[in-house]
Amino acid sequence: MANKILEKRELRSDLFFFVVEAPEISKKAKAGQFVIVRPTENGERIPLSLADINPERGTISLIVQTIGVTSTKISTLNVGEEISDIAGPMGHPTPVKKYGRVVLVGGGFGAAPLYPIGRAMKEAGNTVISITGARTESLLVYEKELAEFSDKVLISTDDGSKGHKGVVTEVLKSEIEENGADLVIAVGPAIMMKFVSLTTKPYNVKTLVSLNPIMVDGTGMCGACRVSIGGKTMFGCTDGPDFDGHLVDWDLLMARQRTYLAEEKEAMEAYTCDCVPHS
Amino acid sequence: MAETKLREYTKEEIKEIRKTRTPIPEQDPVARGKNFDEVALGYTEEQALREANRCMACKKRDCVAGCPVEVPIPEFIELIRQGDFIGAARKIKEKNSLPAICGRVCPQENQCESLCTLGKKMEPVAIGRLERFVADYERMHGSGSGGEDVKPEPTGFKVAVVGSGPAGLTVASDLAKLGHEVTIFEALHKAGGVLVYGIPEFRLPKAIVQSEVEGIQKLGVKIELNSVVGKLYTVDELLERGFDAVFIGSGAGLPWFMGIPGENLNGVYSANEFLTRTNLMKAYLFPEYDTPIKRGKHVAIVGGGNVAMDAARTALRLGAEKVYLVYRRSMDELPARKEEVHHAIEEGIEFKLLTNPVEIIGEDGWVKGIKCVQMELGEPDESGRRRPIAVEGSEFVIDVDTVVMSIGTGSNPIIPESTPGLELNKRGYIVADENGATSKPGVFAGGDIVTGAATVILAAGAGRKAANAIHEYLMSKVKN
Ligand SMILES: Cc1cc2nc3c(=O)[nH]c(=O)nc-3n(C[C@H](O)[C@H](O)[C@H](O)COP(=O)(O)OP(=O)(O)OC[C@H]3O[C@@H](n4cnc5c(N)ncnc54)[C@H](O)[C@@H]3O)c2cc1C
Ligand SMILES: Cc1cc2nc3c(=O)[nH]c(=O)nc-3n(C[C@H](O)[C@H](O)[C@H](O)COP(=O)(O)OP(=O)(O)OC[C@H]3O[C@@H](n4cnc5c(N)ncnc54)[C@H](O)[C@@H]3O)c2cc1C
Ligand code: SF4
Ligand code: FES
Repeated sequence: MANKILEKRELRSDLFFFVVEAPEISKKAKAGQFVIVRPTENGERIPLSLADINPERGTISLIVQTIGVTSTKISTLNVGEEISDIAGPMGHPTPVKKYGRVVLVGGGFGAAPLYPIGRAMKEAGNTVISITGARTESLLVYEKELAEFSDKVLISTDDGSKGHKGVVTEVLKSEIEENGADLVIAVGPAIMMKFVSLTTKPYNVKTLVSLNPIMVDGTGMCGACRVSIGGKTMFGCTDGPDFDGHLVDWDLLMARQRTYLAEEKEAMEAYTCDCVPHS
Repeated sequence: MAETKLREYTKEEIKEIRKTRTPIPEQDPVARGKNFDEVALGYTEEQALREANRCMACKKRDCVAGCPVEVPIPEFIELIRQGDFIGAARKIKEKNSLPAICGRVCPQENQCESLCTLGKKMEPVAIGRLERFVADYERMHGSGSGGEDVKPEPTGFKVAVVGSGPAGLTVASDLAKLGHEVTIFEALHKAGGVLVYGIPEFRLPKAIVQSEVEGIQKLGVKIELNSVVGKLYTVDELLERGFDAVFIGSGAGLPWFMGIPGENLNGVYSANEFLTRTNLMKAYLFPEYDTPIKRGKHVAIVGGGNVAMDAARTALRLGAEKVYLVYRRSMDELPARKEEVHHAIEEGIEFKLLTNPVEIIGEDGWVKGIKCVQMELGEPDESGRRRPIAVEGSEFVIDVDTVVMSIGTGSNPIIPESTPGLELNKRGYIVADENGATSKPGVFAGGDIVTGAATVILAAGAGRKAANAIHEYLMSKVKN
């Protein structure tokens, strides 16, 4: 039942792209959904977005940013090797229909889940604008992929080495002011999604964000993924992952993401010191 | 058969041993509070024989009436008395396919043992401990020639089972024995349901669940792990893909919260998350296993059921100095099994009874305390228990760094959302008749997803009834 890795690419020293055999999931999955991955027998279960879905080939694509032990373990797996468990598709698909002008904002690994979403939005007849940013040009990823279906790809870098000098929200703001937007979709670190939501709020542009709370089962059984939306507690895995960015309690999300900082440091030390048996 | 040298009890001896039940050897309370090994060690053969000899083999079999699946109790005890332990295990299995599990976790004191004739004057026969003994004996000494290795004639029918808890495992094994081709779809990466993710190792070793699961696989049942029905395939798609019937045994796993301020602070867990991290993901072996858990120093568990007891005792074993069990009624109303309450008290869990949380207090996003009110018991409510009422102005704070909410669970929305035409009740559980038939033809359901959170034996019993009904349903299809 394990899932074989068919392709692997290093996009950046901390970002890895995989194509994995998962015939049943690929038949069923829709843009915006995610899977729960447990790389090895001793491993943790972590959520990863679907970066692409190919039912003909029976594969899904994943992009993994190495953060802690689990993502690092996945990044060390090679073509031909297997991931112990992949469960999914989890969560609800992003509601794809004709909105008009859809602006995608991606940060970090966020550009990956935006890829199937943006393509589906284009197929649904929308004008699609993609905005992606990084600290510097060499850290930019997925620019070419987004260009496949985008009417326009806008870039920002903190140091100005490519595109606009500054942050993505500035690019987003001028795009909305100049051309307007009917829907903004942001995927990336919580802090970025928070500022995207704050940017679109004054213009009253509907903003969907894909939340990334800590998860365990991904099926609504544990409650680890609780988020507060418009004052109501919801489960990121079964109610989401997409929510209205203007209603999200961002501080709570970010606080809860920090729950295991100390343990994760300990785990990483144990993993790299080789003094604890691992598999 | 076992070549046990039988100790013959004289009439006088039997009169004497009837007075007290044979104690079960247990790990020392202080030592066991620091490990996850099983608390109760189980009877030796001598102890089992002694206890079996206490049974009066009553004609009226009151004990059987107390058993939800009518295990032939005096008959299996008689086989123990004859030294035929394997025969005794088989006798139980005529009615209950999970004796090693039920012998450990059934609330016997409210079921068979509560009606035992001996119990009217003396202590009832320790039926649960005997059940556990024979099941363990059979597992360790191999089944040998049981005659049940005969493969049934295949019927050509295929049945899909959703969920691998006690309901799903029972339905699957019964249907496989009748010759149907059964596939279990399980959302998690391990089979067993609450038996693997909820009930802790120190009460139900996972190796025992594993061995039950393997037994069922040996009957030819296929288990597809990591398969969330409703997401990967809907119930309708399973029917379209060639399954002739579907059984839903998806449990009641959706955690409830109280809705009080501070409940989303870091350090507040649902019992399900707390126990899943520890049991299924083996966080107690972190960092050898990758899943972390907060090892609180001062922990409050809110609730009073089996789940709360398990969470409290787990917190202790994870290294807590102080574990409080916060429950809004009194000791008499605690829904947990008596044996487990007793174990918890022995291990040093502090019971804060007639106490109800009203707020979780935080500092920098982390739990710092739990504010509670004192309760008193008023008139009986619709549950028949006296209603707890808050005493005005009685607020006080218990200093804790971890809170585990263990106030119950509900129905998970994934299957209802994805299964049009499936009738649900007001609380979101699937409506099924006593044989498990739902409003959808060919779709059956049983266990916690129908009754709400209940017990292992009731789930297994529902599985058995549904298996019979599914068999009948399938066989009637042939005729048409
Ligand atoms: C629906 C969803 C989709 C996701 N999709 C992707 C994806 O496509 N690619 C990808 O690389 N990551 C994705 N993530 C995030 C990914 O799950 C986390 O990065 C992963 O859990 C980290 O695991 P780890 O063991 O390597 O690191 P850990 O050691 O667990 O974490 C290290 C630190 O990372 C932070 N962290 C932990 N979990 C998360 C989280 N869920 N989100 C943000 N920060 C976290 C914490 O601060 C933690 O201390 C997604 C998360 C969700 C909820
Ligand atoms: C901590 C704890 C302690 C308990 N202690 C006791 C005790 O001492 N004695 C006792 O008798 N009872 C006890 N119980 C209750 C008992 O465990 C349950 O009543 C029983 O397990 C219910 O069985 P079930 O088969 O209905 O469901 P479950 O055991 O809940 O199994 C359901 C299974 O279905 C899977 N599933 C759910 N949705 C899907 C889906 N969409 N697709 C695929 N799979 C799915 C789940 O992952 C799970 O594995 C306890 C419960 C808990 C939580
Ligand atoms: S009621 Fe008690 S004494 Fe009588 S047969 Fe049952 S277990 Fe034995
Ligand atoms: S991850 Fe467990 S409920 Fe969402």
